[in-house]
Amino acid sequence: MMIGPVGFAAPWLLVALAALPVLWFILRAVPPAPIRRRFPGVALLLGLSDDDTVTDRTPWWLLLLRMLAVAALIVGLAGPVLNPQADPNERKTGPLLLVMDATWASARDWPSKTALIDTMLSEAGREARPVALLRLSDPEAPVFQSAEAWRTRLSGFDPQPWSPSAVDLVEVADTLGDEAFETRWFSDGLARPGRDALLTALEDRGQVTVYESPIPVIALSPATVSDGILNLTASRAVAGSVREIVVEAHGRDPSGAERMLATLPLQFEEGATVTSGELALPAELRARLTRFEISGQRHAGAVTLTDDSLRRREVALIGGRQDREGLELLSPLHYLEQALIPSADLLDGALIDVLPANPDVIILADVATLADAEQTLIEEWVDGGGLLLRFAGPRIAASDLSRSEEDALMPVRLRAGGRTVGGAMSWGEPKTLASFSEDSPFFGLDTPEEVTVSAQVMAQPDPTLASRVIAQLADGTPLVTRKRIGSGQVVLFHVTANAEWSTLPLSGLFVQMLERLAVSSAVALPDLTEMQGTTWQPVQVLDGFGRLDDAGTLPGVPGENLITDAIGADLRPGLYDGPDRRLALNVVTEDTVIEPAIWPAGTSVLGLARPNEAPLGGWLLAGAMLLLIADIVASLALSGRLMPVRAAALVLAGLMISTPADAQDKPALATSEVVLAHVLTSVDSVDQTAEAGMRGLGETLFFRTSVEPSEPIGVNLETDDLSVYPFLYWPVTPEQPIPSAEAYTKLNAYLRTGGMILFDTRDANVAGFGASSPNGQKLQRLARALDIPPLEPIPEDHVLTRTFYLLQDFPGRFSGRQVWVEAAPADAEQVEGMPFRNLNDNVTPVVIGGNDWAAAWATDTTGNPMFPIGRGFAGERQREIAYRFGVNLVMHVLTGNYKSDQVHVPALLDRLGQ
Amino acid sequence: MSQTAPTPASLRAKAEDQAGRLPPLLARAEHLAGTVLLGEHGRRRPGLGDDFWQYRPVQPGDERRFIDWRRSAKSDTQYLRQREWQIAQTVAIWVDNTASMRFSSQEDLPEKSERARLLSLAVSILLNRAGERVGLAGTSLPPKRGEGQLVRLAEALSEDSDEDYGQPETSGMTAHGRALFVSDFMGNIDKAKAALTEAADRGIQGVILHLLDPAEEAFPYRGRTIFESVGGTLAHETLKASDLRDRYLDRLAARKDELRALCATTGWQYGLSHTSDTAQSTLLWLYRAFDGGPLK
Repeated sequence: MMIGPVGFAAPWLLVALAALPVLWFILRAVPPAPIRRRFPGVALLLGLSDDDTVTDRTPWWLLLLRMLAVAALIVGLAGPVLNPQADPNERKTGPLLLVMDATWASARDWPSKTALIDTMLSEAGREARPVALLRLSDPEAPVFQSAEAWRTRLSGFDPQPWSPSAVDLVEVADTLGDEAFETRWFSDGLARPGRDALLTALEDRGQVTVYESPIPVIALSPATVSDGILNLTASRAVAGSVREIVVEAHGRDPSGAERMLATLPLQFEEGATVTSGELALPAELRARLTRFEISGQRHAGAVTLTDDSLRRREVALIGGRQDREGLELLSPLHYLEQALIPSADLLDGALIDVLPANPDVIILADVATLADAEQTLIEEWVDGGGLLLRFAGPRIAASDLSRSEEDALMPVRLRAGGRTVGGAMSWGEPKTLASFSEDSPFFGLDTPEEVTVSAQVMAQPDPTLASRVIAQLADGTPLVTRKRIGSGQVVLFHVTANAEWSTLPLSGLFVQMLERLAVSSAVALPDLTEMQGTTWQPVQVLDGFGRLDDAGTLPGVPGENLITDAIGADLRPGLYDGPDRRLALNVVTEDTVIEPAIWPAGTSVLGLARPNEAPLGGWLLAGAMLLLIADIVASLALSGRLMPVRAAALVLAGLMISTPADAQDKPALATSEVVLAHVLTSVDSVDQTAEAGMRGLGETLFFRTSVEPSEPIGVNLETDDLSVYPFLYWPVTPEQPIPSAEAYTKLNAYLRTGGMILFDTRDANVAGFGASSPNGQKLQRLARALDIPPLEPIPEDHVLTRTFYLLQDFPGRFSGRQVWVEAAPADAEQVEGMPFRNLNDNVTPVVIGGNDWAAAWATDTTGNPMFPIGRGFAGERQREIAYRFGVNLVMHVLTGNYKSDQVHVPALLDRLGQ
Repeated sequence: MSQTAPTPASLRAKAEDQAGRLPPLLARAEHLAGTVLLGEHGRRRPGLGDDFWQYRPVQPGDERRFIDWRRSAKSDTQYLRQREWQIAQTVAIWVDNTASMRFSSQEDLPEKSERARLLSLAVSILLNRAGERVGLAGTSLPPKRGEGQLVRLAEALSEDSDEDYGQPETSGMTAHGRALFVSDFMGNIDKAKAALTEAADRGIQGVILHLLDPAEEAFPYRGRTIFESVGGTLAHETLKASDLRDRYLDRLAARKDELRALCATTGWQYGLSHTSDTAQSTLLWLYRAFDGGPLK
């Protein structure tokens, strides 16, 4: 049975609703009899009449409440379901195949897809249909099994960052078998080859329904660089109306944290499927980019990773000392500069200055001596991945560098003097280069005949020499040697960087060799021949949602596959580390064109939106229970018996909110008024006395001074903010817990910022604060973690003796003399003619005594003293002095050393000419 | 002190019951009084007494035998030694022992009568120590000094009355003596007024301690209720007790004001105390009130 969108499982139960009017009469009960109370004040009540009489019948709203509860109960038991899906007349049978594209383009609405699939699975489960789930991006032969089995696996299905190829789709069509089944295809909305063939194969086996999300697919092509400006291109499958997107450039900030570095807004014109924009970034910033992504798109096609091709390498050029007027063409760095300027950023400056910029390459042209500090720094830098490129020259040949011992920053030992061939004073012809061996990084480069070497430094034959030579002359003498240090390397050209010793710097080979050594960065993708035989290790891979994950144990990939193969399960998009460079493989490349899928006429294509089936019975039954509880409360309230219930509710509510509420109220009160606070010790009697003491002292201050404190506050050191209290009274009890480390941090901050704590051991200081009384021991343990300056017994000229009253004694309930305050500085001396020394310039952070001041100050709420002090009149006098001490103390806290400034009065009067 | 005609058995049981209650009451009162360390109950002015009060230069008309030679020998002028005036006063105590005092709103609070007895006995102990003569108002226990009087006081204070509300007793009070009235003053205020005025007319100065239960101050009742007096003679029914609260509190405040005004005109001291307060602070107040010391 259906009423509007609500269906009922047991509609006949609704008949019971007809019985509600009967209940109406039954429930009109008379409220319960009054309570009898004994109360002496009844004499004062006589003659008072009630303003409004309470009805003796159940009020209509209570009746309505009960009716609603019963009605909700009946309707709830009738099993209502909102938007019931399974109409028995349309019950379907037979196996069901759910096909998902599960590509990166599906990731944009993956949650709604899985939710819909989950609904369909639960339906199929109710109808006992066998189900198979097929992901085209990760195809397996469909296995029909119970829907529940698939439901448990569904949350583990994620979209893959690649698309199925036409070959994959044909394979899938072959595995379908002969059985007839219904198909529901969750498409990602993109056209791809082979799809129509698969659709035909599926339609042969039964009805096919396609589900497609209306959200448009937007993809981002890899960024390219031209003239230092980044070009970004985005494309969309369906040419629609004007649409604005934002491309975010992410990278590392100087501290190494991943963050957004720049944004570029792009706009699709109406009817256009492609848009592009330019982003100008400083080279520093560009070098730190790691990826671009379209804001708000959660799929791998909207993310493009960057690799070394965006970077310009930073090269620091360090030449030897210039001891003659610069002949430009003879400068050891001239040819290097010319070779590197097009493809690298050059750093100029002293070695020590450029090292912190962490350049990729440091070139030392004919530098023989390095200071110790420089040597150490460079070694660290090379060890961390730097490339140190050295050129020989007259200075190296003349020095003892790496002569008998191999220098740490030289690949080989050198023989003294070097050699000259083909010069005016020597026999023989200048030497040419031998072709590069296979394990040399220069392998494959041509060795032109015109490159000749007429002078060089010679490597000392060593066991390691052969493995370090990467280029040699025709006669076999090493020309370029290399040594690896840590993750970096040192390369030595045995000739000069200018044309003095060889013609190498004049040739194109020189530039190519620098390129191979990754001194200058090649912008173009390495070609196929170069990649042959190399292995590239994935470092980070993209998932279908465009998130970067650690590659983990994924195997390395042959270099040629990176260029020839399409991305797939064996070649995941991500970052790959190869020899000397890093390559990014993106989901969308420059050649990718995304087009919307066109389904043949007659295929039913549906959106993902679908009203959800919602059983309402549970909600209605819960509502009925709530109404019945409300009825109990209301009935109790009507009969005046709510007190215990309300008290219980209040206690519950109090438990839930008391701590935060206290924490909020206390500072609010304390910041609007001066508040005397005492530390809660967890001993009730002590806390009560302390509170009463603060109240009594507050009253005294109120009557006698312009300090008008509000009600005292008990402070919990663990939870409360201390900074709002000028003064804390801390009674010491042996039972109280030691505050936590955080509380001590707060206390120390409080003491350092001008707060004062009055410690009171309340034992008349019988032990002289030694460890022989429990309170004294406790005081020592409490104060151990506190930042307390050196203390001394209060001196006679301390400012506490005259902040308001002139005092020499500081009694509380006891009249011990020993009260300790911050010690005066050692150099404080009494000046002739002054009544007191010029002491500390601030408030003493602690006052420690044992006179139980709170007891002497304590008054009850009517202002009567709570504890007797001393004997007779002398006792009253002692109480008065105790109050005066309290007044002085609070004045000291609030006015600081104001009264100490009297020491300057004679000087001031003197200046006024009196 | 109206009591049903006692049979010998019930009399004996009652007597034992009373005797059983006496020592604890007396002990607690002693304990309470012990917290107040008193000097002798001096008058703070020169007069007849044992304690030294001050030295005063000799003036014309002073007898030479009063000169304190030891002091005078230290200077050129001659001094008299004066002693503090110590004089015994007569204090009459009236404690309301009617049914309305036997009420406590919470289990952990004492009944008002219990508190009233404790306080008055403690005051008696203090006064006795200070050398005053203490007795009960009325003719049952005339003022006397000594420990024996305290036992008799404790006995007399332990008696209960069946009446619902009491009024102060003024018979048997010494003219120009002191008096202490302890009650909740819930009954007819006119009788209390009359008694107080009569006492004041006879030159009696004293203290009124208005003792209330916290529930009587707060009136925390709600809903349909029948209020009954403790003795059961009065009853008042309401359908909504919370509505009566404000008007009840107004009446209570009016009663307090009336008592306060009465005390102001007669020169008595008025004190309000609740059974939830500590007995000690009330006792301190009482002691000061009698002592004429500073009052707040």
